[in-house]
Amino acid sequence: MQELWFWIVAVMLAVYVVLDGFDFGAGILHLFVAKTNEERREVLGAIGPFWDGNEVWLLAAGGTLFLAFPKVLAAGFSGFYLALWLMVWCLMLRGISIEFRSHVPDGLWRHFWDGTFAVSSLLLPVLFGAALGNVVRGVPLDASGTFGMPLWTDFRLGPQPGVLDWYTLLVGLFALATVAAHGSLFLAWKTEGPVHERSRGLAMNLWGLVLVLWALASLATFLVNPRMLQNLMKAPMAWAATLIFLIGLALVFTGIKRERFLQAFLGSGTFVLGILAASAACVYPVMLQSTLDPAFDLTALNASSSPHDLRAGLAWWLVGFPLAIGYSAFLFRFHRGKVKAAGEGEGY
Amino acid sequence: MGDPLFWHRLQFGFTATYHYLFPQLTMGLAFIIVLLKALGLRSGEGRYNDAARFWIRIFGINFAVGVVTGIPLEFQFGTNWSSFSRFSGGVIGQTLGMEGLFAFLLESSFLGLLIWGEQKLSPKGHFGAALALWLGSWLSGYFIVATNAFMQHPVGYTMAADGSIQLASFRSFLLNPWAHAQYTHTMLASVVTAAFVVASIGAFWTLKGLHTEQARLNLRVGTILGFIFSVLVAFPTGDLQGKLVAKYQPITLAAMEGRFESGPRAGLTLVGEPNVARRKIENPIKVPAVLSFIAYGTFSSNVKGLLAYPEDQWPQNIEMLYYSFHIMAGLGTLMIAVMGLAVLLLWRGRLETNRPLLWALMLAFPFPYIATTAGWAVAEFGRQPWLIYGLFRTAQGGSPTVHAGYTAFTTLGFAGIFTVLSCLFLYLIGREIAHGPSSHQA
Repeated sequence: MQELWFWIVAVMLAVYVVLDGFDFGAGILHLFVAKTNEERREVLGAIGPFWDGNEVWLLAAGGTLFLAFPKVLAAGFSGFYLALWLMVWCLMLRGISIEFRSHVPDGLWRHFWDGTFAVSSLLLPVLFGAALGNVVRGVPLDASGTFGMPLWTDFRLGPQPGVLDWYTLLVGLFALATVAAHGSLFLAWKTEGPVHERSRGLAMNLWGLVLVLWALASLATFLVNPRMLQNLMKAPMAWAATLIFLIGLALVFTGIKRERFLQAFLGSGTFVLGILAASAACVYPVMLQSTLDPAFDLTALNASSSPHDLRAGLAWWLVGFPLAIGYSAFLFRFHRGKVKAAGEGEGY
Repeated sequence: MGDPLFWHRLQFGFTATYHYLFPQLTMGLAFIIVLLKALGLRSGEGRYNDAARFWIRIFGINFAVGVVTGIPLEFQFGTNWSSFSRFSGGVIGQTLGMEGLFAFLLESSFLGLLIWGEQKLSPKGHFGAALALWLGSWLSGYFIVATNAFMQHPVGYTMAADGSIQLASFRSFLLNPWAHAQYTHTMLASVVTAAFVVASIGAFWTLKGLHTEQARLNLRVGTILGFIFSVLVAFPTGDLQGKLVAKYQPITLAAMEGRFESGPRAGLTLVGEPNVARRKIENPIKVPAVLSFIAYGTFSSNVKGLLAYPEDQWPQNIEMLYYSFHIMAGLGTLMIAVMGLAVLLLWRGRLETNRPLLWALMLAFPFPYIATTAGWAVAEFGRQPWLIYGLFRTAQGGSPTVHAGYTAFTTLGFAGIFTVLSCLFLYLIGREIAHGPSSHQA
C-alpha cells in the first residue's frame, strides 16, 4: 500500500510537470517567439484555456502527499521554508500576469505583465529543479525527522548544504531547458505564422541544450549520490523508465525533422514523464534522504499515514484521478486545432 | 514578537482573511450566474444573458485573485504548521486532497469555457459550463469547511501508535454534523455577499440613471435574493451553529457573550465592553433570559460563565471574540432589515424612486464582507487555545525549525503583495463597472 502511494504521488507530480511544463515553457519563450501584441496574444490564447487547470495539479499532488506522507510534507516544506515561499510568490505573480494582462488595452500595462510573466516562468522551473536536486542529494534531516536549511551556504556540497548549491542549480538549469524545449514544441504545434516559425527554429537548439545538460546532470547525480547508480542497476522500474524517456527523445527528434509537432510534443511529454519516473525509481523507497545518517531518512515505509488512511484515500483517488484526466482531455479536445488570436476585448 | 507562534498565527489569519474576501463573492455569484442563465434559457430574453455576461467578467477577476491568494494557504500547512500536519495529515489530508482532485479541476476547466466560450457553445452548453463552475466552487467550499469542522469538532478518528491521529470512520469524518451546519451557514452567507454586491451595482446605476433595464434587473435579483438569504443565514443555519457551539464548545459561547458568572435565565448582551481583567462587562444592555433560550431552547436553562472553567481552557483573545460575534450578529440583523424594506418597496413598485434606500443599498455592500469576516473570526478565535478542539493545542502546532525571523519576513512579503494586488483589483473592477453591461456577445 505504501509503495502504491509512493507511485501515486510520483504520478501526480509527473502529470503536473508535464502539463504546467508546457505553459512555463511558453512563458519563458514568449518574449523571443512573439514580438507584437497580436503574437503575444496568440501565445496566451494557446495556453490560456489550460494553464489554471495545469496548475491545480500541483495542489492536487500536494494534497496526495499531505494525505499519504504527512511527515515528508511537514519536514520538506518547513525545511525549505524560504525557497518554498519564493516559489509560491512566483506562482502568484505568474497567475496574475496571465489573467490581468488582457484587461487593459495599454502598451505599458501589457509590457509590464509580459515581463512579469517571463521572469516568473523562468524562475519557477529553476526552483522546481533545485527541489528535485535537493531530494536526490539529501538534506540534513536529524533524529527528530526535521531539518532547517538556509537558501544557500557556500554553494558546495557537504553535510550542511544550502537549498541552492552547484548541483541543485545544475538540476534547476536542466529543468529550465527542458520545460523551455517542451514549451517550444507546444507552441510549434498550436500556433501558425511567425510564432510557429520562431518556435520551430528554437526547438532544435533547445533540445540540443537539453541533451547536453541531461548528460551533465546525470553524471553529477551519480557523483553526488552513488546510491542512485546502484539503484539504477538493480531496479527494473528504472530500466523501464529509461526506455520510456529514450523513446520520448526519439519521438521528439523525428517529430521535429518531419514537422509533426503533435508527435514531437507528445514525445517531449513522454521524455519528462520518463525522466521523473526514472528518478523516482532510483530513490525509492527514500523520499527525503538524510545527509547526516541513513537511519534518519524519511522513506515511503516509515513516513506514511496509517494503512486505513491510505485505503480510504485510494478509494476516492481511483474515482477522482480518471475524472481529472478526463477534464484535461476534454479541454484539449474542445480547443483542438491551431489557436486564433482573439479580437480586442475578448480572450487573453 | 520574537515568538514564532505569534507570526505563524498572524500570517495564517491575515492571508486566510484576505483570501476569503474573494471566494465568498465568487461562490455566491456562481449561484446567481446559474440562476440568470437559467432564466435566460427559459424566457429566451437577452437581458438575463447580458446581466450574466457582466457578472461573469466580475467573477473572472475575483476568481483570479481568489486562486492566487488561496495557493499560500495550502502551503502554510507544511511550512508554518508542520507539527500539526505531522499529527493530523492522514485525516485532514483526505479533504484537502479531494478538494484538489474533485473541485479545483472542475472549476478551472470550466471557467475558461464560461468566460470565453459563449460564442463557441450552444446556450445550453454555456448554461452547463455555469452549472459545472457552481458545482465545483460549492464542492470546494464543502471540503474546506469539512476540514475546518474537524478542527472545531473532531469526529471519526482514533489515536495511532506513533502519537498521531488516523481515520476510524471516513464516513463520520466526511459527514461531520458540525460541517453540515457550518457549510449551509457559510454558503448561504456567500449568496448574501453576492446579492448585496448585485443590488449595490443596481442601485448605483439607478441613481446615476444609467443602463435602465439592467439596473432594474440587478436591483430586483439582488434585493429578492438578499432578503431570502440573509434571513436563512440567521435562521435556521446561524441558530443551528449557535446551538452546536453551546453544546460542544460551551467555553467559547461564554467568551462570545463576555459572560463570566454562571446561572439560569442568562441575558443576551446587546452592547457592552468586556473587561477581562475585572471579569465583567462594562456598560451592558441586556435582554433577560434570551441567551438561555437561544443556546438551549428554554428560558430557564443554566448558561455557564467563563469562571466555571479553568483559565487555561479559555480562548486567549476574549475581546476579539466578543466583538467579532457582536459585529456579525448586529450586521446580520441590519442586513435583514435593509433588504426587508427594499423588498417591501419593490413589491409596491416604489423601490426605484426611493433615493434614500437606493443610497443605502449602494453603500451597504461592505456589510456582508464584514459580517462574514467577523463570523470566521468567531469560529477561529473561539476554537482557541486549541488547534483541534480538545485534542491538540495551537501552541503544539508550529514548525520547530522555522524561526520568527523567517515568518516575519514572509508575512511582510504578503502584506506588500496584497497591497499591490488590492490596488490592481480595485482598478480593474472599477473599469468593469464604468464600462457597464454590454448587450453584444463578448
